[in-house]
Amino acid sequence: MSRKAIVSAFLLLALLLPTAVLAQSQGGELRFCLRAEPKTFNPLLVEDEASETVRYLTGGVLVRVNRDTQALQPELATSWKVSKDGRTITFKLREKIFFSDGTPFTAGDVVSTVTQMMDAATHSPTGDSFRSGTGATIAKAVSPSEVTITFAAPVAGLDRLFDQVAIMSASSPKKEMAVLGPFYVADHKPGSYVLLKRNPNYWKKDAAGHALPYLNAIRMDIQANRDIEALRFRRAEIDLINTLDTDFYDRLAAAGSSSVHDAGASLDSEQMWFNQVPNAPIDAYKLDWFRSAAFRRAVSEAINREDLCRVVFNSHARPAIGLMSPANKFWFNAKLKPIPYSPDAALRRLESDGFKLQNGVLRDRAGHPVEFSIVTNSGNKARERMAAMIQQDLAKIGMKVNVVTLDFPSLIERITEKFNYEAAMLGLVNTDLDPNAQMNVWLSSAENHQWNPKQKTPATAWEAEIDKLMQAQAAALDPARRKAGFDRVQEIVYEQAPFIYLVNKNALSAVSPSLTGARPVVLRPQTYWNVEQLALKQDVIKERQ
Amino acid sequence: MRAVRYFAGAVLVFAALACVFTSFIAPADYATQFREAPSAAPSRHHLLGTDDLGRDSFSRLLYGTRVSLLLAPAAALISTLLAALVGGIAGYVGGVTRKVAMAVTDLFLSMPWLFLLIIVRAMLPLNVSPGTSVAVTFLLLGLLGWAASARVVAAEVQAIRGSDFMLQAKASGISSWRLLARHIPPNLRPVLFAQFWISIPVFILSEANLGILGLGVAEPLPSWGSLLRELESFVSFGDQPWRFVPLLLLILVVSSFQVFLSREEVQA
Repeated sequence: MSRKAIVSAFLLLALLLPTAVLAQSQGGELRFCLRAEPKTFNPLLVEDEASETVRYLTGGVLVRVNRDTQALQPELATSWKVSKDGRTITFKLREKIFFSDGTPFTAGDVVSTVTQMMDAATHSPTGDSFRSGTGATIAKAVSPSEVTITFAAPVAGLDRLFDQVAIMSASSPKKEMAVLGPFYVADHKPGSYVLLKRNPNYWKKDAAGHALPYLNAIRMDIQANRDIEALRFRRAEIDLINTLDTDFYDRLAAAGSSSVHDAGASLDSEQMWFNQVPNAPIDAYKLDWFRSAAFRRAVSEAINREDLCRVVFNSHARPAIGLMSPANKFWFNAKLKPIPYSPDAALRRLESDGFKLQNGVLRDRAGHPVEFSIVTNSGNKARERMAAMIQQDLAKIGMKVNVVTLDFPSLIERITEKFNYEAAMLGLVNTDLDPNAQMNVWLSSAENHQWNPKQKTPATAWEAEIDKLMQAQAAALDPARRKAGFDRVQEIVYEQAPFIYLVNKNALSAVSPSLTGARPVVLRPQTYWNVEQLALKQDVIKERQ
Repeated sequence: MRAVRYFAGAVLVFAALACVFTSFIAPADYATQFREAPSAAPSRHHLLGTDDLGRDSFSRLLYGTRVSLLLAPAAALISTLLAALVGGIAGYVGGVTRKVAMAVTDLFLSMPWLFLLIIVRAMLPLNVSPGTSVAVTFLLLGLLGWAASARVVAAEVQAIRGSDFMLQAKASGISSWRLLARHIPPNLRPVLFAQFWISIPVFILSEANLGILGLGVAEPLPSWGSLLRELESFVSFGDQPWRFVPLLLLILVVSSFQVFLSREEVQA
């Protein structure tokens, strides 16, 4: 071969190589399942998980909480500043950005989005997070690339709340369907699928300068049945499962699949609580038990959480310590230690509160045998199993527990309206790291203050203290001060056990080996939080063409 | 055929004996959780392995058999008696009575029982022992499950009423009540037996389905229904064939009943 031919061959190879690398990673349709129909495509009206998925994949936000590091990072805003009084935030915006339909992104779009969001007539659940006082919110475009937003009252954790605010176009005729995120909604067949296509105007590029995202499309099939979802994953019909059941995780792991991921304890918790509503239609002596912190703590100590994690979740869960999961890196109070399993200590505590164990039956001062029911929702195997295990654990200290499973609407009616129950077990799905998202649980006047909701004045001194601390941390702007206040809230909840936290489930997911770039994490959306970086292997792309 | 009947008889006798001597045969209490061995494979200690909570599956199967074989036939008996009453009157009296009875039957058949049962459950007290809960469940099934059988019975009674031997009996001056009491029931017996036996597996499976609504057997008491519910995750059990033993036992026992039913029909 002549020298010229060799040089030509190298040149040809050099020209072809980037194309080949590019061809391996770009294009293709990612497929996964939504477990319900999205209720809306309007990012301001999102309440349900399916709509949140669409918002995450299509919405462009000013700032984004990095799901891996949990730190706030710039997106459409290059920088931002919160005023000292905590009422005003100023964003400097990225320039030369276009919506998916080609309309330019300006400060006017931010103003329009925030105005719509804070308009009471919109009824925006996203806007509710920003409402800390009465009065108007003023959004003003200082220049085409700078926006100032002033709220009626200080908003704690103001900048992080903008992670949920997808900017909509003020001028596009497509309204909310014109987006700034990596994908746009191209097709939607109700009850069947939602098809997202690559936003050709998306602004991000990878390190090599290639336009992101790598994927051409995302097809989300609406599939409520998790068994079918798992089967489809095994048949390689879908590429990922965001939250995987323990059973299927183990099945896939046992089959030697490298596609399953256990990212560790998630923010989600499972808990039980006793009814403390004063006028609840239950026996007065039982209400006295339930109002006793000693009784609640004894129950907590008598539950073997390690066993719950090992048997029910096959070790894919962690004994819960308190109201904040250790997965929440900043807000978790690391001083709190796991509640030790000790039936003996539980009995001692009960005896100090007037209870007596007689012939295997625990009785109160008046001689009433301790018997109560735990209600939970039917169809949730993990909860049913946990209830059965708690039933046996509490039998060891002489308590008789009847496990009752109810359909969800009946259960909700009992625990929120009629209060005709004794103890309940449910889970809490936490999507927000900030404790402000839990104000509707911890304020004694709140509706979700499950053990005794909507109190006119706090029923107990410790609830009054929690009210004070939660309001103080919400008004404070210094993160350290807020943390100190919320640490104390966690300590009170630990001591009083209004909720008996059982486990924090691990974030289990499955990602097909044909998908590259996936790094599952504990925060939602666990598997596709870095959707721009995800790519399908070439053979899968070809197969799906 | 005789061998099959012997086999069926042996199965039923075996099941009946197992029910009677459950407490002696079962190696463990149905509620005891061997937490060190959840979902274990069959072994010397656990003949059919353990369930998800480490409870001995063989013991639970024995206790579950006792519950279901006692209460499902009881529910089937209630529903068959109700069907015989409503269908018998409708078919024998005829005319407006039949129309009204059949309208009520159709109404029962068209009712959304699932939702009504949810309401019933919501109204029941929460502190109910597992035994009471299972009894209430089967009682409800018995009281609500008669309508389809009543239609069959009504058609059969009507056919018997129009038969030649009945005409002859009437012509002989036998009173209506005597006809109803002495001539109809023996001829109706095969239909009633069939409805009775058919109802048993239907009620067992209904109880399993109702469990999903919280109406079934409460923890930790087992029943065939609750054991079958564990097969909901059938995908997970591909390599654990012993998990299907409750299903096989149900099929075996119901088939054995059917074999005896055909014999009864032949004799009738």
